[in-house]
Amino acid sequence: MKASDTLINDLAPQKFGRKGVIWTTALIIISIAGIIAYIDQVIKGQVVTNMNDYALWGIYISNFVFFVATSFVGAVTVAVLRLTDNAWRTPIVRIAEIISVACIIMAGLTIMIDMGRPDRLMNLFIHGRMQSPIIWDVIIIPTYIVICLLLLYFPLLPDLAILKKHFSQTHPKLSKWYGKFSLNWTGSDKQKKIQLKSIHIIAILIIPAGFILQTVDAWLFSTLFRVGWDSTNMGAYFISGASVAGVGALVTVVYVIRKANKLENYITEYHFDKLGKFLVLTCLIYLYFNINEYVIPEFTSKKEEVTHLNHLYSGQYAPLFWFVIIGGLVIPIIVLLFKKGRKPLPMFYIGLLVVVGSWWKRFLIVTPTLLQPFLPIQGVPESWHHYFPSIHEWVITFATLAMALLIITFLVRYLPIIPIQRTADEQEATKTNKPLSS
Amino acid sequence: MANKKTENGSENRRNFLRLGLMSSVSAVAGASLISNLATGEEKKASGEKVRVLTPDGKMVEVDAESINNYPEAVITPEESRKGIPDKKFVMVIDLSKCKNARKCVEGCQKAHKLDDHQEFMKVQLMQNNEEGSPYWLPKPCFHCDEPPCVTVCPTGATFKRDDGIVLIDNERCIGCKFCITSCPYSARTFNWGHKEKFDDKSQPYSPETQVPAAEGTVMKCDFCPDMLRQGKLPYCASSCPMGVIYFGDKNEDIVTNGTETVSFSQLIKDRGGYRHLEHLGTKPNVYYLPAVNRQFPVERGFDVDEEILDRYKDVPIVKEFKEQGKL
Ligand code: SF4
Ligand code: SF4
Ligand code: SF4
Repeated sequence: MKASDTLINDLAPQKFGRKGVIWTTALIIISIAGIIAYIDQVIKGQVVTNMNDYALWGIYISNFVFFVATSFVGAVTVAVLRLTDNAWRTPIVRIAEIISVACIIMAGLTIMIDMGRPDRLMNLFIHGRMQSPIIWDVIIIPTYIVICLLLLYFPLLPDLAILKKHFSQTHPKLSKWYGKFSLNWTGSDKQKKIQLKSIHIIAILIIPAGFILQTVDAWLFSTLFRVGWDSTNMGAYFISGASVAGVGALVTVVYVIRKANKLENYITEYHFDKLGKFLVLTCLIYLYFNINEYVIPEFTSKKEEVTHLNHLYSGQYAPLFWFVIIGGLVIPIIVLLFKKGRKPLPMFYIGLLVVVGSWWKRFLIVTPTLLQPFLPIQGVPESWHHYFPSIHEWVITFATLAMALLIITFLVRYLPIIPIQRTADEQEATKTNKPLSS
Repeated sequence: MANKKTENGSENRRNFLRLGLMSSVSAVAGASLISNLATGEEKKASGEKVRVLTPDGKMVEVDAESINNYPEAVITPEESRKGIPDKKFVMVIDLSKCKNARKCVEGCQKAHKLDDHQEFMKVQLMQNNEEGSPYWLPKPCFHCDEPPCVTVCPTGATFKRDDGIVLIDNERCIGCKFCITSCPYSARTFNWGHKEKFDDKSQPYSPETQVPAAEGTVMKCDFCPDMLRQGKLPYCASSCPMGVIYFGDKNEDIVTNGTETVSFSQLIKDRGGYRHLEHLGTKPNVYYLPAVNRQFPVERGFDVDEEILDRYKDVPIVKEFKEQGKL
């Protein structure tokens, strides 16, 4: 009894300290700034961006692709960890699911920022045409949102019931909310059976849904006649890239939460070591697809391909390109191959590097290609040859990132990020040496 | 019922065509009716009745005299989806005659109320290979028969008509810009912000004129169906002083640049006509006649405003010319 009490005390959501309050306030301020900038954009139109008739997709789209990619972490951790019943997953999976929920919701919102006529959103449903990849997105994103939410929610039920009891004296109001969301969980065998079955179904569903989501996202590009997009590599390239972005984000967030909530006893170096191996695996796979994408076309040296690649290797986006390849891929691989590199602190920095690299990677996929059309850009104003985001675009984009973090922060504040019931069961099981069924 | 309609259509087509675009081959006098229409020299009160096609596809009988006053009916977005019956429009651009006079660009811009930098017709300076001599290439929308822009449009705001024309309904467009990225010929432009002229509703909106334009929506060359319905040439074709741009109907196998009317297939065959980026399979309806036996040296094309010349300053061949002091 004693043990499980400390467990609940440790793992129950805690009030923010000073740092937490500052963090949340900062995120709220950035979000509000972004909302104001967006309202201004709606009033004035997209002239407030630096996009033009050639570079007509900018960081709004690359940011959207980044969110979609990062939201893959839920699917990939479930696929790799839950279904293979890896024991070390327990403290990690819920964080992955929280990131997924936050990112996919923000992906749905960010795509609208790029619309010239957000007021006509309904036309997608009134006049939607199935052969357009955008409609595929319109279908798969809400589906994925629902699946992610359910996958987060169902395993929470026992914990919510525990929290209801835990807070019944200290925070009756909060306790009531937990009670409502726990759907009268009593832990009876019947309930457990239904819950396990549901979780199992959703855990299986999220894998194809995640793969479809990433692939549709890749097809948004590869269905178009553009050098750098028109590639059969795209689907797999995006899936592997999404694993990198997602696991990178996971490492970073796990580190911060562990530190902020003092969970060192639950998320140990052992977990970081495993996560590090996971991340390096995804990076290696991604490297493979990058070689396909960036090196192999050099052999046939089709003129358009070579122009495009040289533009990346040594053109105006070269510094960014090399930063993404070296900083976002090569360095993480090298560091993570060493055991010392898989300690929590270095992992945090590597995770951060990977996330930043992944964000810029999406930019490099979207914009340089647009600046290399088949027919040269000619007879247009000088500014149409380049693209760098405007203040509006930056403020709005940062706000979407802040909002994603805000969703994560909110969920971390009110949910037990490490499953209490399961951890208790596991501790019980190790004591009695009985294997635990998932 | 449908059968009868077709019958009627084909029977009447001859008359309409005689009247309209592709005139002189069947016209006895051999004079182009297009120029007749333009100058108003149609047979005066001959009492001769001719049948013409109204915008909504009905045949009406009118006095030959009154043809010039053909009513400019507004084609609503719904009607504009149908296309002009039995037509298959095609454009042929003769590169050997182009000297970058930019009259096509200006004529088109004026008619569509476009701003300085918004060009449905762009003139590009091309060079096929290192040895090849540079030439000017006027580039409208190619009104592809396999248009990627139509395929990817999520709302059907971009659509392909039976007469081959690809149009945009700016009342339906959501501004996703997917069609712009899909077009391999960079034919599309976007209205990034609001402009005062968009508020001028004196002329009701029609996808066939694209006036008034709307913020956050896409525009491009429309092949000027409003002119075609009146039996006139698109603005670019009629504005070109060199007669570079031929326009016509593939079904009738005739194209004209306003002064000369020729057989489309013969022209393509004799002059080695080709389409841009044929290998993409988009099947454009704009053909080019190669820039051989030029009427003008390419330098003549630099005889434009300083500001416009400046827009070409990054083109390698322009840099070369500058070094050689040709500019
Ligand atoms: S040229 Fe471009 S815009 Fe025109 S029909 Fe073809 S794909 Fe569409
Ligand atoms: S921008 Fe408009 S016309 Fe183009 S694909 Fe989107 S909805 Fe269709
Ligand atoms: S056909 Fe009409 S819209 Fe197209 S370039 Fe010529 S004038 Fe402009």
